[in-house]
This record gives sequence, structure tokens and C-alpha cells, in this order.
Amino acid sequence: MALRKVKGNLERMFDKNLTDLVRGIRNNKDNETKFIAQCIEEIKLELRQENISVKANAVAKLTYLQMMGYDVSWACFNVIEVMSSTKFTYKRIGYLAASQTFHPDTEVLMLTTNMVRKDLNSQSQYEAGLALSGLSCFISPDLARDLANDIMTLLSSTRPYLRKKAVLMMYKVFLRFPEALRPAFPRLKEKLEDPDSGVQSAAVNVVCELARKNPKNYLSLAPVFFKLMTTSTNNWMLIKIIKLFGALTPLEPRLGKKLIEPLTNLIHSTSAMSLLYECINTVIAVLISISSGMPNHSTSIQLCVQKLRILIEDSDQNLKYLGLLAMSKILKTHPKSVQSHKDLILQCLDDKDESIRLRALDLLYGMVSKKNLMEIVKKLMIHMDKAEGTSYRDELLSKIIEICSQNNYQHITNFEWYVSVLVELTRMEGTKHGPLVANQLLDVAIRVAAIRAFVVAQMALLLDNSHFITGFSQRASMCEVLFAAAWICGEFSEFLTDPKATLEALLRARVSTLPGHIQAVYVQNIMKLYGRILTSSGSDASMDEDMVAKAAVEEVSEMVAARLPSFVESSELEVQERASCALQLVKFVQKQLTKGQAAGLGAEIVSLFDGELNPVAPKAQKKVQVPEGLDLDEWINEPPPSESSDSEPEVQRPSLFATGNAENAYVESYQSSKPAELTQEEVQRNREARQQEQACNPNYLKGGGKLESKSGMFDVAEVPVAQLDLPVALKIPGLASSDHYLQKQKQTSSKKKVSTKKKKKSKKHKESSDEEELAAPLHVVNTDVGEMPEGATLSDGMDDDNNDLNDPHRALDVNLDEPLRAEETLPVRSHREAVKFEVTGEKKAKKKSSKKEEKVKKSKKQPIMMDLLQNGEHTNAPTEEPSNDFWLDHAEYEAMPDTSQSKLQVEENEKPKKKSSSKTKEKSKEKKKKKEKKVINEDSLVSSLAVEAPTFVPDLKQTMSNKDKNVLICTRPILTGSQLLISVEVNNTTTSPLRSAEISFSKNVELELIPDGLTTTEFGSYRFPQQFPPGCFTFPLLFNVANVNRAYSVKATLIFNLESYQDKIDLAVAVPATLFLKPAPISGSDFAEKLANGEMQHLSSRKFESSKSFQQALSYCLAYFYLVEQVGDTASLAAQNPQGRNVFLLIKSQGTSLSLDGKSDNQELIENVVQSLQTVLAV
Amino acid sequence: MMQFMLLFSRQGKLRLQKWYQAYPDKTKKKITRELIATILARKPKMCSFLEWKDLKVVYKRYASLYFCCAIEQDDNELLTLEVIHRYVELLDKYFGSVCELDIIFNFEKAYFMCDELLLGGEIQETSKKNVLKAIAAQDLLQEDETPQGLFEDHGLG
Repeated sequence: MALRKVKGNLERMFDKNLTDLVRGIRNNKDNETKFIAQCIEEIKLELRQENISVKANAVAKLTYLQMMGYDVSWACFNVIEVMSSTKFTYKRIGYLAASQTFHPDTEVLMLTTNMVRKDLNSQSQYEAGLALSGLSCFISPDLARDLANDIMTLLSSTRPYLRKKAVLMMYKVFLRFPEALRPAFPRLKEKLEDPDSGVQSAAVNVVCELARKNPKNYLSLAPVFFKLMTTSTNNWMLIKIIKLFGALTPLEPRLGKKLIEPLTNLIHSTSAMSLLYECINTVIAVLISISSGMPNHSTSIQLCVQKLRILIEDSDQNLKYLGLLAMSKILKTHPKSVQSHKDLILQCLDDKDESIRLRALDLLYGMVSKKNLMEIVKKLMIHMDKAEGTSYRDELLSKIIEICSQNNYQHITNFEWYVSVLVELTRMEGTKHGPLVANQLLDVAIRVAAIRAFVVAQMALLLDNSHFITGFSQRASMCEVLFAAAWICGEFSEFLTDPKATLEALLRARVSTLPGHIQAVYVQNIMKLYGRILTSSGSDASMDEDMVAKAAVEEVSEMVAARLPSFVESSELEVQERASCALQLVKFVQKQLTKGQAAGLGAEIVSLFDGELNPVAPKAQKKVQVPEGLDLDEWINEPPPSESSDSEPEVQRPSLFATGNAENAYVESYQSSKPAELTQEEVQRNREARQQEQACNPNYLKGGGKLESKSGMFDVAEVPVAQLDLPVALKIPGLASSDHYLQKQKQTSSKKKVSTKKKKKSKKHKESSDEEELAAPLHVVNTDVGEMPEGATLSDGMDDDNNDLNDPHRALDVNLDEPLRAEETLPVRSHREAVKFEVTGEKKAKKKSSKKEEKVKKSKKQPIMMDLLQNGEHTNAPTEEPSNDFWLDHAEYEAMPDTSQSKLQVEENEKPKKKSSSKTKEKSKEKKKKKEKKVINEDSLVSSLAVEAPTFVPDLKQTMSNKDKNVLICTRPILTGSQLLISVEVNNTTTSPLRSAEISFSKNVELELIPDGLTTTEFGSYRFPQQFPPGCFTFPLLFNVANVNRAYSVKATLIFNLESYQDKIDLAVAVPATLFLKPAPISGSDFAEKLANGEMQHLSSRKFESSKSFQQALSYCLAYFYLVEQVGDTASLAAQNPQGRNVFLLIKSQGTSLSLDGKSDNQELIENVVQSLQTVLAV
Repeated sequence: MMQFMLLFSRQGKLRLQKWYQAYPDKTKKKITRELIATILARKPKMCSFLEWKDLKVVYKRYASLYFCCAIEQDDNELLTLEVIHRYVELLDKYFGSVCELDIIFNFEKAYFMCDELLLGGEIQETSKKNVLKAIAAQDLLQEDETPQGLFEDHGLG
């Protein structure tokens, strides 16, 4: 028995291992498939063996085959077997196979949960690492939910190797299980300050990814990142941080101002191109977000542009490319700065690298002016002739049109030139932009009335020579131009020199090979022309007598009636319908003619097509109200089975509506209405069409006269095969050439230099005398936005919401500053994690609305930070809960010294700043100690800034403790809307949790607690549902305030069980009346008027001695008031309470005394406000 | 975030693929095919970046191998080039002047290296030393197991 086993094993030793497989594949190049099929059979046998090493070998081979494109999903279960091996060697193979072959939808994944969990918690860090790496490739929503907690535990692993992997892994968990984000975020935030730089950088990566998608939730992290940015030297991380700031600044311009300086320094100093590039990108983002109000604004732009120029001039193609890319971002907001580098950009158009030329093209639209437009377009046309790939040619074509049509053709001085450019573009083969050219022709013809005669003449020529356009390939989208040509000739038929010839061109038999919608337009315009001919062949009244005219009309009618039937036979319903109508109409006219009653008929037919066609606004279609009872989503017919998306790209029809969306809808409806299968008849018709196409194609050798026998309606003479045109002879006589306008422009401009204006005019006349008459130099362009349905305006917020519903980041858009709710924990958690939260979040959101107004008024900044009043420690007390607003506002102080401040003061301010840096270091050293001792001080940078600030900011924080001083409570009242929020932070320094905590309030009718998440006990107190583990935790208490005109003192008692005894803390939270005030921006004149008209009748004045300087007192007031005016040591302030009551305050400093004069429309309010202020500001 | 990384030869043969975004197999094959064709068609002096659908593709050729990464619109191209270069350096250190054959025959090692450098499409370890240390430690684990494993597995242990 044992012997047989050994023997079996020995045989297996001759199995192919991975190297043999690879070698075998390389040696069997000719019959690779056969060899591999054989190998897969072997592998299947091996997988049936019980020996794990054989299985692992088989799985390794499968992984290789998977890479070669073979399906190995059948072996999923075996992969899991190998993954679950206890041996690291096999586990490694198993996890590799899993990460390559599994995906989130793999069904066997649910079997792996426990195994992966075991590996994650493995003693060996490399096993856990394997699990993390593997998991990152195949994590499913279920796995994410079940393993989130285990991965989060790894965040606090002692081994940095695992911490950094776990941090990165958390991002994948968030994507699949968004509920994990809020509970896990505090821990992730801690990792930003991890001692290991790898972990730190991983955390930065994750937050950066999260923030790029939902930046607003991460604004509060700005101080942390700012510190990292200014201290770190790790370029990998710096790039991510700077990118993150790029995402944040659009939301917070003040952040941008703070960033400019460090970023410019980096730009100057760094030698790493990737970092330089990222800095420039973020500076650009910053400058876009703060479009004005920066003193050194233009220097930053200049610096960026200079650096970019260096990049573009570099011989490295990559840098050149990126330089151009970044340049195009600047172009949007600062076109002038880029324009000065026009030479360089034009030079890049000649670069041998197509990608670079494309980027240069992007920039071109900002480079053109009235003067150089013709020249640049000429250059592009030459490029287009030389271009090899169609995609580049297409790009060129669309760019030419984009450049010319921008801003309603603002750069075009000569529309004849533009029309001839467009006509030249129609000769481009194989481009997909036919509809674009067609639209331009239509647009120009409609908008520029003066050019119509010229356009019509050109279009008539095009129609007459349509075989040039359709001749080569039926699929070419350029035949769309015929759509435009037919329409223009019909609509503006009064400009046609020979309407009959054009009519004939429209009626030619080969027209029936055109796409249906073009034929339909043909039919319609045939009728327009027909009507025109009827009216123009002599005056209607005299027609009956004038035999010549009558004969002519009869002849035309004959022709139309004879040719229209070919349209009636069209397979396109639209064409059929229109043609039938038209045919009957013509027949009717014929009848009347024979009866001799045709007088006035022409005018009547023309009146069918009466009316001016105006441009339609881009969004007009969208704005049309859907009539009641019409369900647009309902199927009219059962939808046909969807076809595979691999089918050939549709030749897009020209959009009748300018909006992109309408176009899509149009195409969609077109696609969905497409029949799933071709009927016999259609097959036949397709074949005919194909034959005709072949017939029209001079390169196709057609067989005999089959064609004529097939359908009699073809006029052999009309079939253009006979004209064996060579591409060289492709010039249509009479078609204008754009070059000739360019030359003319050059000539005139060169003459301009020598001659005076008058002379120039006469010379110009002479010159153009031999040419066809030039159109008026300035064509009037109808630049109306276009017509809109009644009652709709363009500015309506109808912007396309491109948010993809499936984007996992949508679910990650959660407010991270909000306190965690009790139920918000990761699954499989036995107790609630103590998580700190920042109360500033809600307040900030509220602030935002008022912030905008402030900015308009360019008001003074207003520090939000509250100061501790009672203990008077404000000058050196480290501030808790760093407020972003304050952090940012301080930046403003630095960036824009107040104009009223003298130079001396500025210098004074700078001195302590130097000190501050050293203090910062000290502070950060102290930081750790403080963390243990007191409430966590998040950011030493912020605190040191607060210390240095010459301001005196309100802080309503109060600290209380129990008798043993081992449980501390910190309270702070905050106004949120019209509600009062008291944030209570409990610092439990003992080792045991606080249990059955209850809070009771002394009665106050005007304050009512909203017991959110608390349960009411029978004794009128409130019980907390959870127990509080040792450490810091915060809970909010929210109150409805009945009277916002007064100050409050909220008294409460917190009772809890600690270890075996009951303990309590008495809380007393002072809420000053000023807390309910908000700065109310008001102009000086309004302010004076309100005071004068007696609205503010109630007043209250106090004068008292104060140790505070005027600046300190003012800065305190500015937390609640808007600064209307400041003259020396006197300031006028304005504020409003939630009820909309106004409070005006005049604050004056006279020596050591301060005087406050308050006025308001409410007596109680003003008394209480002045009283509250006095309490703080008096000695 | 990096969406995927491909390694392929000048002949268009795929040598390594790492996907950080879940795509169906069919799509993966299509993307691979298209990208390889596009990149091989580019001339050597052209820049290393491509706009491709809504992604940016960064590639670089080292000897006969092309390293190609797809990143998102707002990612940094130069940084991605650095990542590629770092990966090549690591392979070079590990194999000792790496060549295509090393990667063909030891493709799993190349994957392991990749997993130590990147995780979920993000750079995980920027220190070359740390990456090589982690790889060496894991290889050692494997070596320790092998001899006794051989006997055990063959019923002799």
C-alpha cells in the first residue's frame, strides 16, 4: 500500500511544473492551442489528486494560462483549497491565483470569508499581508461588510507592514461597504500622523482618493494636511497632498490663499518634475477658485506659465505634453498669459508626435484673433492634407470648426472665406464629422443673412456635383453636407441663379442611394424650389397668356412629376410620405395648368413654406413641457431584442437640435426603433443599394449592364461611373477656394501699412474688381441664443447631472464631521468604540451661506473660535477643537494685511511669527503629554497660531469635574440655526467605564431639550443608552430656544455609575445673549438710514473700565457682528438674531475705558446683548 | 488610482496583468488587445501618455517589454512613470539585471513584487529597501518550508 503511494508520488514528480509549462508553450509555437488543451487536461487530473503540492502546482499553471487568456473560472474551488493550505508557499500561490482570477461577482467568494479572516488575524505578518493584497483584488460587498472590522483592527497593528496594507485596504472596503466609512474614519485620520512614514503616506493616499470624489466632507482635515505638506519631504506623499488640496480649494478659496505661498516655494525649489507638475496644477486650481483679490495673483500665474514654457521647450516629449496640458487649464481663466506664448504653441503644431499636436490644438482656440484666424486655419488645413490617421484628421476638422465658430464667430471677418473653408472641408474623405460641417453651413446660412447669396451659390454647386461627396463611399458621413446643401438651396431659393438646374440636381436618380433623412429633406426642398420656379416664371397673372413661360412651367412640372415616384418607392417611411404628398401636389398643379387655371398657384405653393426659421436655443428642446398624460418612458411598441454593441458604428444623423443631449436621445430612439432583423424586401433593397454604391465607386469594377435591368428608373447617363475622376481633378469649377481669401487678406494687410485708410479702400476695390464682388466686410451675425419655449429661461438650473448612479463614491458622500450615531458601528463589534467628533461641522455648514455675502462685501474676517471666558486663560490656553474657519481666516491676516494697519504694525507682526515656528516645535513636543493629560489637542500648528493672534476670540468652553477629579467635563454652547447645541465632552481618566449615565436639567421654560437618542426616565431625567468606556467621548445636547433675546445659564447634573459607586457632576453652561447673534452684512448707507428712520428705537449704553485693548474688544465682537465701519478706535457693528431682529453696536475706546452703545428694535435683546458683552470685556 | 497595469512584449504578447478595478473578463481582453495595438503602433520618440476613453494611459518601454498603466483623469502621469520605473528597478534588483525571460519564467515573483509595491492601485511602499526586505523574508519562509514539505507531501515525512 505504502509502496504504491510512493510510486504514485514518484510518477507525479514527472508532472510538468510551471517552468515546464512555460517552456512547452514556447516550444510549441505552431500548435500552441493543442498543447495548452492537453496541459489543461493534465491540470484537471492533477487537481483531482489529494496532494496539496500537486494541486498548488496545477493552480500555479492555471494562473499562467489565465494570463494568456484562457478561461480558468472552473477551477475556483481548487484555488480556494490551495489558499486554505497551512503552508505559506501554497497559500502564496493560492492567493495569487485568486487575485488574478476572482472578481467581486465570483460565487465561491462567500466560502472564503472565514478563511480570509483567519489569515488576516494570522500570527505571521506575511500571511496577513497576502490576505490583504489578495482581498484588494476580489473584495465583494459581502466580504467588505464581514471583514471590515478585522481589517480595521489591523489598522492598529504593531507592525507597520500590516498597518499600511490595512490602511490602503480600507479604501476598497469603503467602496464596497460605504457604511464603514464613518465608523472607521476617526481611526483612519489618526493614521495620518502615524510614526511610520509608509503608513502615513498610505493614509494620505486613501484620504486623497476619498476627498477627490467628495471634497466637501474633508475640508476639516485641511490643517492636518497643511502641516504634513510643510513638514514632509517625501515627494510621493507630497504629490498626493497637493493633489488633495487641489480638490479642496474650489470649495474654500481662503484655503487657496493660504496655499499659494508654500506652493510657489515648492515650485521654485523642487527638482522633481512630477512634484513640480502637481504644484502647478494645484496652483492653477487655486487661481481659478480665487479669481480676484490676490495681490500677488498675477505673479503666480506668470510663474506657472514660465515654468510650463520650460516644460514645453524641454526635449522630453512627456514634459512637453504635460506642459501643454496644464497650459490649456490656464487658458480657460487667464487667456492673456497664455497668448504671449503663442509662438511656442504654434511651433508645437509641427511636432512629430501626434499626441503633442493634439494638445497644442486644444490650446489653439485661445490663440486666434481676427488677424491671424485665416492663417492658422490655413495651417491646419495643410496639416489635414498631410495627416495620416483619420482620427487626427477628424480632430483637426472639429478643431477648425470649433476655433472659427467660437463665441458666435467672433473672430471671423469674412464669411465668404469661412464658407469656402467649410466647402473645402467637405472634400475630406473618411471623416466622421460630416454632420458637424453640415451644421456649420446651416448655422452660418441662418445666422449671417448677408452671406446667404454666396452660400446658396456654393451649395447649388455642391448639389450639382454631389457625386464628389457620395461617390467614394456611401458610409462616409460627409453626405450629411448634402442635407445642409439641399435645405439651404430650398430655404433661400430666392438667391439661386438657376433654380431649375438645382431642381434637376435634387431630382437625380442617384439621390435614392442617400440616407433616408437626407432624401426626406430633398423632397421637401424640391417642393420649395418648384414653388419658386412657378412664381418666378413670369408674373402669375400673365402666365396663362405667356406661352413661353407656360411651356417652361409645364416642363418643370413634368420633370418633377416624373422623378418624384422614385422617392415614393423609398424604403424610408418619412421619404415615402413626403414624396407622396409632393407628388399629389405637383399633379394637381399640372391639372390646373392644363385647365389654364394656374394663376397664383405658385404663390400658394410658396406660402406652404412660409415663415422665417430662427435659431433654437441649445436647451430649448429640454424645456418643452411634457403634456399631461404623456408618458415618455412608456413603450409604444414592444422593444426589439437588443443587438450586440459590437455592431458597426452608426453614421450619426445630423442633429436637428443643437443640444448634445437631444442628439443622444435622437440617436437612441433611432437605434431602438431599428428593426432587429431585415425582411426579405429590405435585404433586396440593401443589395440594390450596395450595387448602386459599387456602381458609383469608380474603383469598383462593375459587371455589365445588370444594373439597368434591375430597375428601370436609372438613367444611365446620370450614373457617374462614366466620369473616371482622379482625385487630382477633384476641383469643382466655381467652388470658392479659401486660399484666395487668405492671399487677399495678406495683400490688404500689407498695403494697410503703407496706405491710409481711404487709399486702402480704393485699392481694395480695384483689386476685387476682377474677382467676384467681396461681401460687406462685416457680416452681421445673428447672435441670439435662440428661441425658447414660453416661460423658460436659459439660466434655469438644467445642467446635466452626469453623476453615475453606480458610482460607489456617491455612497461615500457622507458628513464625516457629524457625530457618530449609536448604531453606526462596524458589524461584528461587541462594544461601541469611543470616537471623538468635531462639533464645528454643522456650524460651518450654516456659516457657509453667510460667508458668500461677506465676500461680496469684502468684509473683515470673523473668528469663530470661542474662548473660555470665565477662567480668563484665553491668552495661553491651547484651543480645543481647532476650527477650520479660524485657521483659514488667519491665513487672510497673513496674506492680506489690513489696509488700515501701518507698515510698522506689519513689521511687528512678523517678528513674533519667527518665534512662532520655534514655539510650534515646542508645542508639538508637549503635544503628546497633553494628549494624555487633557482633551486632545489636535493640531499644534493651529494652537500656536491662535496664541500668536493679537485677537481676543470668544470661547465659551467651561470645564467641570467630579469630586475625585477623575472625570472631567468640558461644555461648549454653539448656535445651530435657531437651536442651541451644547457639546459635552467627557474625559474619563479612570480605567472603568461610566455606566447608566443620566442627565437632569433644572427647569427652564424657555429652553427645551430635544432628547435625540436619549430615553426619558420617570424622574424627568434623560438616560444615555450606551456606556462610555475610559477615554474621551463627546455627546451633543440639542435645545429648542423659545426666546433668543436673552442669556441663559443651563444647569444640569450628570449622574453615572463608576466602578461600584454612583458619582455626579454638576454642569453650569453660561450662554451669553450674543451667542444668538450672527453678523449681518449691511452697507454704510443702509446702516445710517436704519438708524435715522427710527426703526432702531431701543437703546442701551454702558461705559466701563477694561483691560482689553480696543483691538481685542473689537475682535471679540466680530465673532458675532459685522464690521460696518471703523475709524480709529471707534467701530460700528451690525448683527441679527435668528428672528431677524437687528442689533447695531457702536464701540469706542477712550483710554482704559470702553463704551458700548447698542441700538435695536427690541428692548430686551439690546439690554441682554450689551450686558453679555460687558461681562466679558469689563475688567 | 491606478486602474490596471499591463506588461507586454514588443511582439504584443501579454506578460503580466494586474487589475485594480473589476472588469468582466471579456472587457479585460478587449482592453488589453486594443491597448497593446495602440501602444505598439506608436513611434519610439512619442510621448508616453495616451488619452484612452475616460482614462489616461501611461506606458514606457524597457528593452523588449512595455510597461503600461491606466490611471484616472486627475492622476499624475509623471508619478505613474515613477511607479513604473520603481517597479522595474525592483525587478532588476531582485532578478539581477532583469530580462523578459525572467518575468516569463518567474511570473509569480513579478506579481509578488507588484503586490508589495502597490495595493489596490495605490502605491504602498515607496522604499525600495522595504519592498525587497519583505520579498526576501517571504521567500525565506517559502524556502524553510520546501525541504520538509517535499518529504511530507510525498508520503515520506
